[in-house]
Amino acid sequence: MSIMQYNGGSVIAMVGKDCVAIASDLRLGSQALGISSNFQRVFPITDRIYLGLPGLATDVTTLRERFRLRVNMYTIKEEREIEPEAFAHLVSSTLYEHRFGPYFIEPVIAGLSKTPTGGIKPFIAATDLIGCINFAKDFVVAGTASAKLFGVAEGLWEPDMEAEDLFETISQTLLNAVDRDAFSGWGAVVHVITKDKVITRKLKARMD
Amino acid sequence: MANADGGAYSYSLTVFSPSGKLVQIEHALAAVSQGTTSLGIKASNGIVIATEKKSSSILIDDSVVDKVAVICPNIGIVYSGMGPDFRVLVTQARKSAQAYWKIYNEYPPTRVLTQEIANVMQKATQSGGVRPYGVSLLVAGWDINRGPSLYQVDPSGSFWAWKASAIGKNMVNAKTFLEKRYNDDISLEDAIHTALLTLKEGFEGQMTEKTIEIGVVTVPTPKELEESPVGANVRPKPTFRKLTEEEVRDYLAL
Repeated sequence: MSIMQYNGGSVIAMVGKDCVAIASDLRLGSQALGISSNFQRVFPITDRIYLGLPGLATDVTTLRERFRLRVNMYTIKEEREIEPEAFAHLVSSTLYEHRFGPYFIEPVIAGLSKTPTGGIKPFIAATDLIGCINFAKDFVVAGTASAKLFGVAEGLWEPDMEAEDLFETISQTLLNAVDRDAFSGWGAVVHVITKDKVITRKLKARMD
Repeated sequence: MANADGGAYSYSLTVFSPSGKLVQIEHALAAVSQGTTSLGIKASNGIVIATEKKSSSILIDDSVVDKVAVICPNIGIVYSGMGPDFRVLVTQARKSAQAYWKIYNEYPPTRVLTQEIANVMQKATQSGGVRPYGVSLLVAGWDINRGPSLYQVDPSGSFWAWKASAIGKNMVNAKTFLEKRYNDDISLEDAIHTALLTLKEGFEGQMTEKTIEIGVVTVPTPKELEESPVGANVRPKPTFRKLTEEEVRDYLAL
């Protein structure tokens, strides 16, 4: 079995109308054995950027701290918050630095970026474990249930969903996909990022 | 005892004199004030930096002498003082800009690049076996967060933002001239003319397109920004550029 599947877990991000959502299950396992049903792997980076880190649990912690440091240093040096595009490239270059001994993580980034005219634009991206970025206009998936997430998202996602619709869609996509994956599940959490607030909800999921 | 102006303190780079000065840095500033005049003016829709470029001999091919340098598509710099020191700083600044691009896929904001250059220059005031850089710089650039900005960096490593400034031989006169001429809503075209007029004040000999170098920052309109293509293989449209000899000639003719 691959090290990428060792702890299990999946993340998905979706674009809506002037909003984005990112969701993850809460399982931490040791192969087939469940260890925790409250393992967070989605973290706020700024008020408008969230980062999901599915993959090897030890690297989740390491990378979270690494990006916390890099983003704090950026904020101090530039005297402003990092934009999602720049952050995505920071993630990518950080991972590629370890091209031949990688972190076993496939990050998912969701955020709202500022446009030159003062508006906002939804942004999502995912990378592989060595930092190859996938900019998507609709949704991105990663983790042990990625194949299932792809299938369900393909069927449920539609353009220009409002925040409530987006929440419903991403929740249903995640719950139905992780139910078909032995290494994901055991609870879920959803963050919907909108212009003026972030809505975080825990979902009631199958616990078997 | 060493006997230059600063007495025993004049040779040690890192020892303060009793009056609290670092004499070598003062000497570096003296080297700058012997250099040719350079100036920068921030306009409402851009920035101009300009300098005089005089050859010591008519036999020198001045078409390959560059005093205004492009660092990255949004930032350019000009100097007064020692040419070789400037070239080293240009190389470092370009490397720094490319390193930033490699991490964030965008070029550094003017302030960040200025800080990087200032750090390099500060190091030379505190390290063993080196001397301070004999140059002052004017850094002109545009970025989306702060818009157009003009910075001056000195051999000590200190830097400030200016609306208009001059460095080098005639800096005191030039600054007085700029103070009289400057207002906040000057246009880029007017600023270029003011820059040439200021240089003319202390200029010995003929001002031609061969003896003047000009760099300009043009601020993109919101429309241009909105329409600018994005993607992995798209180069950003430069906001800093050097004026060609033809363009300089046209400005001089007016």
